[in-house]
Amino acid sequence: MFSYCTDPSTLEGLSWLSCYLTTGKHMNLYISVFVVLVLLAITAPVALLFGFGAASAARSKFLPLRWFGMGYTSIVRGVPDIAFFLFFVIALDQAFEWMRHKVKCPDWDQPVRQGIDFVVCDAAKLPLSTAPQWVHETYGFFLAVLTFSIVFGAFAANVLYGAMRAVPRAQIETAEAYGMTSRQAFWRILVPQMWVYALPGLSNLWMVLIKATPLLFLLGVEDIVYWARELGGTKTARFTDYPHPNWHVWYFAALLVFYLCFTKVSEVALDRIMKRLTKGQATAGGEAQRKAAA
Amino acid sequence: MKSLILGTAALALTAGMGLADTVRLGTEGAYAPWNFVNDAGEIDGFERELGDELCKRAELTCEWVKNDWDSIIPNLVSGNYDTIIAGMSITDERDEVIDFTQAYTPPDPSAYLAQSADVDLAGGVIAAQATTIQAAFIAEQGWTLVEFATPEETVAAVRSGEADAVLADNSFIDTMVGDGLVKLERTESIGGGVGMGFRESDADLRGKFDAAIQSMKDDGTLNTLIAKWEVASQW
Repeated sequence: MFSYCTDPSTLEGLSWLSCYLTTGKHMNLYISVFVVLVLLAITAPVALLFGFGAASAARSKFLPLRWFGMGYTSIVRGVPDIAFFLFFVIALDQAFEWMRHKVKCPDWDQPVRQGIDFVVCDAAKLPLSTAPQWVHETYGFFLAVLTFSIVFGAFAANVLYGAMRAVPRAQIETAEAYGMTSRQAFWRILVPQMWVYALPGLSNLWMVLIKATPLLFLLGVEDIVYWARELGGTKTARFTDYPHPNWHVWYFAALLVFYLCFTKVSEVALDRIMKRLTKGQATAGGEAQRKAAA
Repeated sequence: MKSLILGTAALALTAGMGLADTVRLGTEGAYAPWNFVNDAGEIDGFERELGDELCKRAELTCEWVKNDWDSIIPNLVSGNYDTIIAGMSITDERDEVIDFTQAYTPPDPSAYLAQSADVDLAGGVIAAQATTIQAAFIAEQGWTLVEFATPEETVAAVRSGEADAVLADNSFIDTMVGDGLVKLERTESIGGGVGMGFRESDADLRGKFDAAIQSMKDDGTLNTLIAKWEVASQW
């Protein structure tokens, strides 16, 4: 990257390090940090949405909807993440391709399953095999977001379901006494009050989600842990300008610091949200806030 | 004007169809000198050069894809890429699941790397990468086997003393000798040469690469490439 980097073997100390840390390979590491952050930023709200939907469905008066909500939460919570990731993503990918195959190549006469091979016509490939590599990576990223959201949505659903039940029954009864319909009582009374009960559970989920990103490599998305392992491996002088012994310790120490800082920032943010949500609530926390203000 | 634009668009579309021959090459990127990620973050090594040359000869547009060794066959079969070119030895077990081209490197013995030359293999713990011919070989011998996901970890296990020796391809062992690690005299003749893997339903594409490999064998460029990267013995 820098002009003095053309012959790293002559460099020493800081200048060597500055060249080493700016190789194309290290750039991939920095990009992967960004990818992980974007993934979290998209996955968290989507998972929350899934969870909210499933929790509302589980409370529904309409029986099939209730079954759907309950079934989704119990099945997804029961299956090990790694099995879910391996099976579900391949199944999802093949389902998309099969649907496109039916639409785009109606006159295809060969079976889709040939032994263990899954064969669809070229036009149905997702993404097309002619598409540039970044399209493939974006598609993998999209699958990752969807899978993470489904898995974490199930856990969020359970947390939110509990939170909805934790809102004092008297609140809903009062709403009904004022003549609100059950829909109005749900949106105006229940939903605004449930977050304070849901937050401790949701913050746990967030912390677990932060650390679940190495599962991404199963989906072909290269995350920071993958790059740390690759970069930290022994490099012999024959294949690189920057030979070094096994430096896994340093790379993983850097990861440790990164994750600890991230956790700290999350804690501060969650604390603030908790303070806000507690305001005016009929909980012990809300009572303490009122007394402190008086 | 409008028909001109339409015409150009139609032409562009059909031209695009003619070029639909992008072949995605799947590799591991962690097995120097066969395939590895270089300083620039690109795939490099013997198989990078070989694959690019084969694609040129077969007149195909090729794209490189990196994939974990563990899931390299499942992802080929489900169509994430079209071929495996990752130092994969041709074995009967793999041949039941996928199809191979002719070998592009001759069968070579596998070698051991250990901390001292007088290690007791039968009584010790031997490391190997998971789902490799070496791992299968050690299991057959009835020795104690520890498997790791990447080649790097197998060597790290020997360095840390967790394993007494590691069994891997000779060319890979050569890159790791030194710094307290020695290659043992003993070698094992296992495996049947290294070839490219294809889906069993993809005979056309396999035929193209097979022909390209043959042409590289015939004009001697394959031997030159093998010598350059020191991956195996020559044809």
